[in-house]
Amino acid sequence: MTWSQLPILTPVVLLVGATAVLLTGRIRPSLAHRLATATCASCFAIAIALAVQVHHHGPTHYALGGWSPPIGIELVADTLSVYFLLVITGIALLVMVGAAPAVERDTPGRSAEFFAISLIFLLGLSGIVLTGDLFNLYVFLEISSLSAYTLVSSGDERAGVAAFRYLIVGTIGASFYLLGLGFLYSVTGTLNMTDMAMRLDPAAIPVRLAAVMITVGLGLKMAIFPMHRWLPDAYTHASSTATALIAPIMTKVSAYVLIRILFFVFGTSMVSIDLPIAQAIMWLSVAGVLVGSTMAIAQTDLKRMLAYSSVAQVAYIGVGIGLATPLALAGALLHVISHATMKCCLFLVVGAVELQTGNRKLSSLSGIGRKMPWTFAAFTAAAVAMIGLPPTGGFFSKWYLVLGGMATGEWWVVIFVLGASLLTATYFFRLLESIYTRQSSELAPIKEAPLAVALPIVILGLAVILFGLFNSRILDLFLRDAMPPGLVISG
Amino acid sequence: MTEFLQALVIDRWAYVFTILLLSVGLYGLVMKKNLIKKLIGMNIFQTAVILFFIQQAYKHGGTVPIYDTTVGARPELYVNPLPHGLMLTAIVVSVATTGVALALLVLIHRRYETLNEDELLQKLRES
Amino acid sequence: MFSETTQPLWALVPSLLAIPLILATARRPNLRETWTLLAALSQCAVVLSMLPWVLEGHVIESTLWSLAPDINLSLRVDPLGFLFALVASTLWIVTSCYSIGYVRGTREKHQTRYFASFACCLTATIGIAFSANLLTFLLFFELLTLTTYPLVIHKETKAALSAGRKYLAYTLPAGLTLFGAICWTATTAGNLDFVAGGFLSTKHGTAETLQLIFLLFMIGVGVKAGVMPLHSWLPSAMAAPTPVSALLHAVAVVKAGAFGVLRVTGYVFGPELLRDIGAWTALAWFAGITLTMASLLAIRQDNLKRRLAYSTIAHLSYTVLGAALLSPWSWTGASLHLVFHATLKITLFFCAGAIYVNTHIENISDMAGIGRRMPVTMAAFAVASLGLVGFPGINGFASKWSLALGSLEAGQGVFLGLLVLSGVLNASYFLPIIHAAFFKTNPAFDRVAEASPWLVAPLVITATISIVWGIAPNLGAHAVDLAMLIATSVTGEHSG
Repeated sequence: MTWSQLPILTPVVLLVGATAVLLTGRIRPSLAHRLATATCASCFAIAIALAVQVHHHGPTHYALGGWSPPIGIELVADTLSVYFLLVITGIALLVMVGAAPAVERDTPGRSAEFFAISLIFLLGLSGIVLTGDLFNLYVFLEISSLSAYTLVSSGDERAGVAAFRYLIVGTIGASFYLLGLGFLYSVTGTLNMTDMAMRLDPAAIPVRLAAVMITVGLGLKMAIFPMHRWLPDAYTHASSTATALIAPIMTKVSAYVLIRILFFVFGTSMVSIDLPIAQAIMWLSVAGVLVGSTMAIAQTDLKRMLAYSSVAQVAYIGVGIGLATPLALAGALLHVISHATMKCCLFLVVGAVELQTGNRKLSSLSGIGRKMPWTFAAFTAAAVAMIGLPPTGGFFSKWYLVLGGMATGEWWVVIFVLGASLLTATYFFRLLESIYTRQSSELAPIKEAPLAVALPIVILGLAVILFGLFNSRILDLFLRDAMPPGLVISG
Repeated sequence: MTEFLQALVIDRWAYVFTILLLSVGLYGLVMKKNLIKKLIGMNIFQTAVILFFIQQAYKHGGTVPIYDTTVGARPELYVNPLPHGLMLTAIVVSVATTGVALALLVLIHRRYETLNEDELLQKLRES
Repeated sequence: MFSETTQPLWALVPSLLAIPLILATARRPNLRETWTLLAALSQCAVVLSMLPWVLEGHVIESTLWSLAPDINLSLRVDPLGFLFALVASTLWIVTSCYSIGYVRGTREKHQTRYFASFACCLTATIGIAFSANLLTFLLFFELLTLTTYPLVIHKETKAALSAGRKYLAYTLPAGLTLFGAICWTATTAGNLDFVAGGFLSTKHGTAETLQLIFLLFMIGVGVKAGVMPLHSWLPSAMAAPTPVSALLHAVAVVKAGAFGVLRVTGYVFGPELLRDIGAWTALAWFAGITLTMASLLAIRQDNLKRRLAYSTIAHLSYTVLGAALLSPWSWTGASLHLVFHATLKITLFFCAGAIYVNTHIENISDMAGIGRRMPVTMAAFAVASLGLVGFPGINGFASKWSLALGSLEAGQGVFLGLLVLSGVLNASYFLPIIHAAFFKTNPAFDRVAEASPWLVAPLVITATISIVWGIAPNLGAHAVDLAMLIATSVTGEHSG
């Protein structure tokens, strides 16, 4: 094996893993979870190896089936894709480690199927970030989406309806993407990203139409306001493990596709100067930040509250993409990793609480902080990061976003982004107050979650703080090299 | 104006056709209350996109893209095979999506015994 | 390992290390409290060990790692930061002793959380004192906000929870305003390192822009400093246990705000720029109005801790006023008042707490005659209140005297008038308490005696320090030398 074959290894391992998990599930169900965890662990290891490889030797290309691009499909691992691959596989590993009890409870007797579909879901996501071909990206997008619909439907009794809505919206989004791709193909005759970037004429009308359509399609998948309506239902009714797996990474990967296509294929000047696409994304995202935060305040169900806060937090990434300056984009990318860790942590805590108490209403959380101290210490760290207080990752992504906003003179964006922190603070401090101070006799027999469930939560809680303190390491190791052509982070 | 319309209908009729199909699909998606009909709308929408790709491959006088000794190695005389290949994949995706959607609908129907959106919302609110 | 450059780092370690130790020994209160005391003592020792270097005019700097492009997480010990850290760490020792007596005397719940949060707060305070740039400052400033919250809501009563919400409702928006101001500074100046005399200048923007940035800064730090109209969280926060009010709401948190005002005026904007954009007059008037209004409001309070809270608001504005006047003497006075007010006010809070533990009385009207039964406590109370009034022989006089000189030096006699008026008002809300305590009798107090030594010893110590510094202000900590160093470095002129 040579190092250049690393990019294809992640999808292959996941595919083989999924098949193996499904088969072992038939014979020995207890092995399925371990096998799935091992698969995720090896993928994380591959991602690290790939990251090291890319860091030392630059982008790694792999031509599928030996057909060299632009005719054949190629996988490209550059810093941006490796960054996302690390987030995807890292989150997947941490979710998978403690997933067994919750999955067995939510889908009794079918946990092997659940794990197999989870691995297929990860296969789709890792394929998206690794591919260098726009049509191949569509296929991976649909693989991940289809498995996401299935995962969502494994939740409570309303999950079927939520999954169906998600499916309709997701398919429309993908169709828009495909339609836009059709326009691009008709004018350039290529599907390879690098090749297309060279052949595009930004002034051509089909190209502009395509840009709009692809943005709309990905906006639907990323849940940019006002295309966010599917998200709260899907995240609320999916099983806790499914939500912990989908919520942190699915929308982020859509954001990746948006960044990849807008900045790498179309180019920064076309999407922010020739066409007001970036501005549109920015203002819709600002609206999303406000709407998501406001709606989150009104919720009585913990998962639903977190789902609406996801709408708001993903919109922060949208703001960074829309501002289209190096610092703002760095903020958006930093928010990808920090929001993935904190949202994963929060949803895993929800899962742990459901596991220990069988309930997830906000009112039933009173006093639970003392019963499950480790879990809720991590929850507190993640909540503080969601608000954007130092020294967490959430603070620094906001720092770069605001700097980017000020540099371009978008004062209203700055004001709204900062003001929305107060909305976030409102619902999280209300929650923290009741978690730690109120006494509830019903909670008497509740204990801390088992180690396998609590450990990933604590790791994520720590990661949230470390990503903040050492954010400039992330910046130097990944984000500087991940910037699109023409954008350079100074200093 | 008439010239523009003429140009649109005669030279670009494929676009018009695509847009029409897309609108039919969207109409079904948004306006129909029955979830099966919504699904059909979605399928029409996908089909429109697929046909849009296929019509790009068409060349006037072109033949099937299989090497033919009577035609020789003249690419302009074959239709473009790539969109067909791509759309074969897209059709597979679309079939898979429809399959998952139908499975979900069976799930919904078993639980709520209706596929009408209004009735479904009513039952969701009651539960 | 213990070289000059790592010393500021070591100053943070004791309180940081104490947090896990306290949490781990939750079941063994004696051991837990030992950690607190050890941490306080060693922290104070580390800070004090830097005194010779600081007096020689060294600025100790240690950079940890990069927080953002061109901005490091770095600590820096200059006279101003040193003075603040010294006050906070010294008073932590006495407060720790006092806390132990207090929480055991009142049988508070969640004592572990209490001591752990206290250690967190101290870490944040020392961090604020030693921050070398605005981003590091903001980091610790927000950390202080967060870690004080559990202490404010400590009693978990309805009043405490609503005080906690009010506290957050004031400090979080303030933190965001500060965040915005710092981002703006970073965008215009590209630099955030504190420089004595300021690093912003007129070339960084129009006068209006700079005024706006200054306003945002002042809102950001002014909330913690209790500058009116941003003060009203402070009286509510008195719902916290008394040692919390004593150390945090008389020293650490509010002083962090006042310290922030000094940092921003002296080390970000600098006297020259503030004169150019005319922002100093606005700040001076806000401070002048606050110190008068708060004194007036204090007279109306019957709850002793609330009266002390309003008095704190007034006295913080002395420091803010000193900073705003921009003259060497006023800066000397402002820095001195940062230190001297701390020893005085902490004594008063300690007394209020001792009375509460013994009698559960909080209102001044019920305290008549208490002085006969708790003579030591009330004597200390008398000393501290006279100090705040500005009585010669107690340290409050020295700082007020410098401030008075400073306002004359700045050619602003009107503020001298306000200072004198405020002194009179101070007298009118403190002296009646002392008079009633000693010269009236109340049979209800017949069985009351002095509080436990854990409570009395700290307040005697702080009262004694106040008197000693009243006679020899420069003794021990070289407070006057340091204050003059600060004034010289900021204003570029010598005072006196």
